Amino acid sequence: MTAATVETGLKPSAARGSAARARLLRGLLPALSLVLVLLAIAWLNPRAISYFGFSLMLNLAIPIALATIAQMFVIAGNELDLSIGTFVGFVGCVTATWLKDAPLIGIAILLGSIGIYALLGALIHLRNLPSIVVTLGMSFVWQGLAILVLPKPGGKAPDWLLAILSFKPPFVPFPIMAALLIGLIVHLSLMRTSYGVILRGSGGNAAALRRAGWSLLKTKVVLFALAGVFGVLSGMALIGITTSADANIGNGYTLLSIAGVILGGGEFVGGRVSPIGAVIGALTLALAASPLLTFMHIPPDWQVAANGAILIIVLAARVLISRRER
Amino acid sequence: MTSVKSLAAKPWIWSFLAALLVWLATIVFTGGHGAGGMVTAALSLAVFTVIVGIGQMFVITLGPGNVDLSLPANIGLASAVAMKVMGGSDSMIAAGLLAALACGAAIGAVNYLLIWALRIPPIIATLSASFIIQSVDISYGRGLQIKPPPGFADFTNWQISGIPVLAMLTVLFTIGAGIALQRMIYGRSVLAIGQNIRAAWLAGVNVGRIRFLTYTLSGALGGLDGALLAGYFRGANVDIGNEYLLASIAVVVIGGTSVAGGKANVPGVWGAALFLVLLLTMLNTFGVSAGVRLLLTGLIIVGVITAAGGEKAVR
Repeated sequence: MTAATVETGLKPSAARGSAARARLLRGLLPALSLVLVLLAIAWLNPRAISYFGFSLMLNLAIPIALATIAQMFVIAGNELDLSIGTFVGFVGCVTATWLKDAPLIGIAILLGSIGIYALLGALIHLRNLPSIVVTLGMSFVWQGLAILVLPKPGGKAPDWLLAILSFKPPFVPFPIMAALLIGLIVHLSLMRTSYGVILRGSGGNAAALRRAGWSLLKTKVVLFALAGVFGVLSGMALIGITTSADANIGNGYTLLSIAGVILGGGEFVGGRVSPIGAVIGALTLALAASPLLTFMHIPPDWQVAANGAILIIVLAARVLISRRER
Repeated sequence: MTSVKSLAAKPWIWSFLAALLVWLATIVFTGGHGAGGMVTAALSLAVFTVIVGIGQMFVITLGPGNVDLSLPANIGLASAVAMKVMGGSDSMIAAGLLAALACGAAIGAVNYLLIWALRIPPIIATLSASFIIQSVDISYGRGLQIKPPPGFADFTNWQISGIPVLAMLTVLFTIGAGIALQRMIYGRSVLAIGQNIRAAWLAGVNVGRIRFLTYTLSGALGGLDGALLAGYFRGANVDIGNEYLLASIAVVVIGGTSVAGGKANVPGVWGAALFLVLLLTMLNTFGVSAGVRLLLTGLIIVGVITAAGGEKAVR
């Protein structure tokens, strides 16, 4: 829908300068929204801005960030994954049961589920299926499997996983460090490598890639497999934090992950995504949904609405900026 | 012979065949018991999927990316609003239905406002809207346990010789929707926009107005559905619409409507809705656990979509 990406060759340098400024502003928008939320928290409750406060407030930021990255890979290929939430829940159930009791089988199951993700990518490409419907169907599959693996809430996280996630580095709280690391690694591999360009190009201009001799089947499979990998990491991180699992534990992550990608400056079509933006978007949502509302004494009923409102506000700001970009 | 051939060429025939197969499999399993009762139950439950399915069909027909994700939240809120306005008294039934319709239509209008004003893809617009509606519903519906008026509950459960009256009315409504789609300027415009939005605009179709009407229509149908569901299940509840996100999209696609837009199929929505409901009945009859039921439902939906196949991209 946004046609602002078209570069129109010869422009007066003043106009080009203002367009560049608008683009810069647009790129900074995700970070800006995070800073705004942080300022609001600092103003409402200065004590929250501390090592301990951040560790507590960003408790669930790591799994949310990982799920957002998973969704980002799918969106980069112009598709949408409505099953990532129940997939994270399924991985959580496997982590709290098989991975602890029989690690080898657990690993095999998780690798197999990544394989299923890759197959889904192939299926969607080969049969030219709408990803929304396929992943909506898959969300039932993962939910059903999760209930079969763990009929009642319970299970226990493997000790090594608990040890990793309760790591307390000096000065910088672990969630922030992990989020930075995730963002950086994915940024370097998707934005700075030549195959990363091909992957994003499959969402940007599939026809051009095909004519240049690249396999679109392969790009779709790789993107979906990467989504599977990060979905698995997200589910494991989630269980490392909550210590036990429940078949419905990840259900909210589908919508959160989509919102995170869009907040982080990702576009729905055209392969325009930003890994660092996605991580920042996930952090913003994690902070805004619960700590900010608690400090503002708003009942938890409105948590979901806060996510929606932030999404709308940021998108509105983006429209205002894009208008200047033209 | 030619009639068989022309019938097989209709994309909606497959959904009815699938529904028939599932029905036969179940009565073979039960040894013929409850075959009629199953059809009655399937008809009464399919109604709710058909109503939102028709709304979703018009939206999806507008073209790629158009989908209404706010339907579940919309249904939940409208069911609470309808029950509150009716307040358990028979004299307020019409007012409650109107309130639910208005509530749904308002949600649809806001959806389009977001799409238009923020120039964002409909998926994100309806998603953000649904976040907010969900919260409104949770906060508004808290502790709200109003039963539907007895007259309304009886009406939604009313059957004449085994055929639910609501199903008959919905058949009339779907015939109306079919005429609107194929024979009226509104429906032709929706199809035109789905086929090529730019060509439609150049041909003088008021694209903005048609899209606005379509999202409002989908919202209003969601609202109506919420009220009827609350009557049928004798009470409103926040989660009442949850299953209709998958169901509304699935019946449209299984029913032969093109996800790429510009090609809609009204009878297929009925066939697909019956298929989905009968499928659940079959799995329940076989006595499978909740986990297996979810797993099989998902697998069958993915399987059906795969078999039906997507459109070859035009370009």
